Amino acid sequence: MSNSKILANGVDVYYGSKQALFGISMDIKEKEVTALIGPSGCGKSTFLRCINRMNDLIDICKVSGSIKVDNEEIISEKTDVVSLRSKIGMVFQKPNPFPKSIFDNVAYGPTIHGLVDSKNDLEEIVHSSLKKAGLFDEVKDRLNEPGTSLSGGQQQRLCIARAIAVNPEIILMDEPCSALDPIATAIIEELIDELRLNYTIIIVTHSMQQAARVSQKTCFFHLGELIETGETNKIFTNPDNTKTQDYITGRFG
Amino acid sequence: MFFWSLVLIAVGIFSSFIYGRSRIKLNSKKQGTKSKSLPNYYAQYVLIWCLFPALIVYFSWAIFQEQIIQNIVISKFEFIEGAVYNEGLLLAEIRNVANNPSFADGKSIEIINAASHYSSLRQISQISFYTSIIIIMLLGALYASQKLKPEFHAQHTIERYIQYILIFCSSVAIFTTIGIVFSLIFESLRFFAEVSIFEFLFSTEWYPFIPIREGQTAAEGSFGAVPIFAGTFLVMVVAMCVAAPLGLLTAIYLAEYASKRVRKTVKPLLEILAGIPTIVYGFFAFVSVAPFVKAFGQSFGIDASPTSALAAGMVMGVMIIPFISSLSDDVINSVPQSLREASLGIGANKAETIKKVILPAALPGIVGAFLLAISRAIGETMIVVVAAGTAPNLTGNPFENVTTVTVQIVVALIGDQEFDNPRTLSAFALGLVLFVITLFLNIIALQIVKRYRERYE
Repeated sequence: MSNSKILANGVDVYYGSKQALFGISMDIKEKEVTALIGPSGCGKSTFLRCINRMNDLIDICKVSGSIKVDNEEIISEKTDVVSLRSKIGMVFQKPNPFPKSIFDNVAYGPTIHGLVDSKNDLEEIVHSSLKKAGLFDEVKDRLNEPGTSLSGGQQQRLCIARAIAVNPEIILMDEPCSALDPIATAIIEELIDELRLNYTIIIVTHSMQQAARVSQKTCFFHLGELIETGETNKIFTNPDNTKTQDYITGRFG
Repeated sequence: MFFWSLVLIAVGIFSSFIYGRSRIKLNSKKQGTKSKSLPNYYAQYVLIWCLFPALIVYFSWAIFQEQIIQNIVISKFEFIEGAVYNEGLLLAEIRNVANNPSFADGKSIEIINAASHYSSLRQISQISFYTSIIIIMLLGALYASQKLKPEFHAQHTIERYIQYILIFCSSVAIFTTIGIVFSLIFESLRFFAEVSIFEFLFSTEWYPFIPIREGQTAAEGSFGAVPIFAGTFLVMVVAMCVAAPLGLLTAIYLAEYASKRVRKTVKPLLEILAGIPTIVYGFFAFVSVAPFVKAFGQSFGIDASPTSALAAGMVMGVMIIPFISSLSDDVINSVPQSLREASLGIGANKAETIKKVILPAALPGIVGAFLLAISRAIGETMIVVVAAGTAPNLTGNPFENVTTVTVQIVVALIGDQEFDNPRTLSAFALGLVLFVITLFLNIIALQIVKRYRERYE
């Protein structure tokens, strides 16, 4: 049994006067893939964005409750958001490489965090991150070309490389494959499986097959509430809650 | 004539619309079928046929009436033998007498006769004007009403007509531009027939005084425009030194830091700056800034003239701040939110995100905004007329008097000038250069902005 990496307790989120999450409590283990599933608008992305305080960007969004990462409270005025986010990487729904070269995209994080002293170190980090993201062989001859010139699947792997270049412990993925074709999706899923060895991964997905394929734990959200959480195998074969049952058998959502 | 013809046309519009509408309803009831389009389209069809021919007649009458009447009057005029007439003066005299009979005292009998001829012609013209407008409107409506059958696709026809109208409207602007360009080119050619183009573009002496009479001992004029271009450039540089940092930083604040409410208030306020008449900036520059610049220069032992490139440029810079801030704010805002999230998600702070991600991404658009602001600065007239002086000084010292292209155009065109004088014509050559420069700046700016857009949409 591995340790708790993230411990959420009674997390409420409001967008203005509308409540989007109702008392979410969750325990996420280290070096596992946790999938958040549920119909659109159920709050799974909102919860994901609480973990790296990305909801701060939305003026009307108010978060209360407690989320502890490595036993440290992060829903607090005192939290150092910058260092929190360097510890928690994020991959977004739509690939969003910077309009810079492939190299600079990956080098961005290490540079701003001052992780490297020399050019060689930087090159080393960029290459190893691209290798970890399974992209290096495809782009090694054109690291100076713009990141936007890559295909959608390659761009998404570039974003993953960019995220792991700052050596995070947790990677949040917000529907990382929803803009990709099945082949690119398969590559990303394999990659997630490899990354699991070194990182704690939380992935929001609309595809139940994807959740079943890549995750060890699955959490089912419905209308802002966490309905059921458990081993992926159990959720997909023998869920406790009828709502979960209805959703995974395609009766709604 | 003007008022009553408007009333006439309004009545035509109203009644043709009502007529078309009721007529098609009647016709479709008679045939027992539903019309292909809604009744309003048939009504619009009648209206267009009633209105547009009448408008064409109206405008051609307004344009040609006076000319035709004058020609007739002149052709009938009994010239007194031996007397010399200037046709324009003669006509003015005839018109005066016709409009105001008390002027008739002491005028020759020929003039009085011509004046009464003129008045009667005008009367005839007016009567025939109204009758022809009415007839044209009736004919148009009659033609249109022939088509008012339920199987007629009025909507398609109307859409085609609307397209013609839109094409006409957009071509007005285009043809006007072409006309202006050609007049600039032709007048400039006349100028370059007298002054060599190389002298104009490369010589450094601007002394546009031409002897008025043959053999006058005044100095020969020289038309080297380099000092003028240099002055323009100097004022522009000063203006951009003020506007570029202020405008860009304002834009960054508005786009990235300001709350929605602040942004909603401040942005329109800034844009008001662009709405202040430039002559107001001009006297502000002259009355407040220029003396300050002079005193400031003197405190450093620099001899500043009462009007200077610095004063004009600084005020012009303030004037173009809103161009830069507003456009840059727009491009910064159009940088996709996903890039901000990507950067912040890696753990970059706001300043790093702006410096390393947002500004590089928005750079083409910002450059475009700068270029548009520059072309505005180059074309600006009133501030420099008032605050920069008129001396064609070839200098890089912003404390000195300089002059710009626009100022020299003003100088060349005011006063009593004949159009065959190179001094007057130089205005057109300068205008042409100005036009070419701003045209290129605008084209480059638009290209840059376009390329930037293609990257994100």
